Amino acid sequence: MRGWLEEAGFDPRFTSLVVALALIWAALAFATDGIFLTPRNLYNLSIQTCVTAIMSCGMVYLIVARQIDLSVGSQIAFTGMVIAFVQTEWLGAEAPFAWVASIAIGIAAGMVLGAFQGWWTAYRGLPAFLVTLAGYLMFRGAAFLVADGQTLAPLSTAYQRIGGGIGGSIGTAWSWALGALACAGVIAQAVYARRSRARYNAAMAPVWADALKAGVTCAALLAFVAVVCAYPEPGAAGGAPEGKGIGIPVLILAAVAVVLAIVARRTRFGRHVFAYGGNPEAAFLSGLRTKRVVLALFVLMGALSALAAVITTSRLNSGTHSIGQMAELYVIAATVIGGTSFAGGIGTIPGALVGALMIQSLDNGMVLMDVSSAYRQIFIGLILIAAVWLDAIYTRRIAR
Amino acid sequence: MTPLVEFRAVSKHFGGIHAVDGVSCSLHEGEVVGLLGHNGAGKSTLIKVLAGVFPPDAGEIVVRGEARSFESPAEAREAGIETIYQTLALAENLDAPANLFLGRELLTPWRTLDADRMEHEALGVISRLNPVFRDMKKPVRAMSGGQRQTVAIARALYFNARILIMDEPCAALGPAESRMVLDTIRRLKAEGIGIFLISHDMGDVFEVCDRVTVMKNGAVVDTVRVADVTEEDVLAMIILGEKRRK
Repeated sequence: MRGWLEEAGFDPRFTSLVVALALIWAALAFATDGIFLTPRNLYNLSIQTCVTAIMSCGMVYLIVARQIDLSVGSQIAFTGMVIAFVQTEWLGAEAPFAWVASIAIGIAAGMVLGAFQGWWTAYRGLPAFLVTLAGYLMFRGAAFLVADGQTLAPLSTAYQRIGGGIGGSIGTAWSWALGALACAGVIAQAVYARRSRARYNAAMAPVWADALKAGVTCAALLAFVAVVCAYPEPGAAGGAPEGKGIGIPVLILAAVAVVLAIVARRTRFGRHVFAYGGNPEAAFLSGLRTKRVVLALFVLMGALSALAAVITTSRLNSGTHSIGQMAELYVIAATVIGGTSFAGGIGTIPGALVGALMIQSLDNGMVLMDVSSAYRQIFIGLILIAAVWLDAIYTRRIAR
Repeated sequence: MTPLVEFRAVSKHFGGIHAVDGVSCSLHEGEVVGLLGHNGAGKSTLIKVLAGVFPPDAGEIVVRGEARSFESPAEAREAGIETIYQTLALAENLDAPANLFLGRELLTPWRTLDADRMEHEALGVISRLNPVFRDMKKPVRAMSGGQRQTVAIARALYFNARILIMDEPCAALGPAESRMVLDTIRRLKAEGIGIFLISHDMGDVFEVCDRVTVMKNGAVVDTVRVADVTEEDVLAMIILGEKRRK
């Protein structure tokens, strides 16, 4: 079976990941008497997944390049506090465009944190593990100092919608339009890829395989749109309740994931990241600017942490220095579950998205089942070990 | 005739260790010069100076009559100097086209990678070296030693190197694959490319080299024409570190 799957261009690792996710969903649906699969819960799950998934996209790049960032949770706390500070203490929450400015400043702050860690790692040769462990401590402390440990609230009304709460989605009409557009994009991409390969008479996967892949992707996209449109916006009193549609955090995640997936596969920078992860010495001898690449990866991670902080603070409608705790574990777990290898050079953005969805599904499902947070932590830890174990087996198999 | 490359009293020190100590030697068009010596004699450091990995501490490198100093491997490549390292310097997780074009990727008008064109070009240059090697999607990790060597050589050839450095190209290969490499060297020589060849195999050296430069402890022992000496003479130079007695 593996033979023909691979011949048809299906990545065995990604395929088994999707199958595992389907099994977990079925088990959770059964264990929660179907509550897990209600539109309301799936909408919430889609929002919960975004924070982890956005950061996992950056973590894929870092781990592919044999780096790690343990400080992402503290980066959320610091950048979140900066954003809240700009809105509440500096510009005033309801000042025009204060929320836009706060996001820009927050992302810039995240990039500065990343540049700091990246400089020590790339240009001073310190191990990323230790540099970011120090960052984990320092950025959490810095988050406390922004407002002397106080919680900053409330934030701008416009800003609150970014978190996907009330008014934080784009409604049914726009959702269907976007879903259709995304499907068109998937199909156009598949057709374009086949044309380009045909031009050079290059070897191609069979038509049915490409059609099946595009079909499954489109079906998943449309099913998602149907689910989130079936969840009525709470508080829409009078008249027929309107469906919520796609949440704004999901749109942010989609934009991040599409851009980073294209960068990984289709740009020089992405190619150089993978080459560096595969063989750092070869990358240097081939004339790549390896230090600059590593620095850029940490800066990217900082920007993505700030984006995650935007969603987190918006959902909480406040900034507090304790947000983002244990985020690094969820992010690294999602990335590794998604098939990114600690051996370097291997990893995909779609894999990380499914990994993030899987870990949030387990978390969400266990909450529905009234599992206490202590047991949830133990379980998520075990899942992480299982993922690393599978990665080790897989790495050994391909090295043989 | 101006040499393609001329080392003039080049030195490279690492701390107190004189890895390369006042080395002078040259390479002409269409010539193969063997660099010989024990492990640690300074051959690899010397070629890394030429390849832009280490800037020299003293002395001059003259390329086609022009003094050059390469600060990075990319600069050396731009000057038409390609290096095939003993380790091959391939990213094992990437396929042949990705390795062939690493650092010099072909781009579409939208600045994205033109993967299909790179694959097409790679297939062209690789199948000239090795007609049975057709699987361009296979990562290097899954390739045989000869296929890996082919990718490394193809990378040097595609970019029209005028100066080629080959560090132990046959060390990890079987007899048939070594033959392919030696035939390639002869063909490149006929095209006017200058080649520095590091090898421990005297048979290979005497088969393809015009001259050999023998090194010991970072310094040149002597440079001789292969036609003027026997294998025993060269071995004696390597072992004793002395010029051949006339």
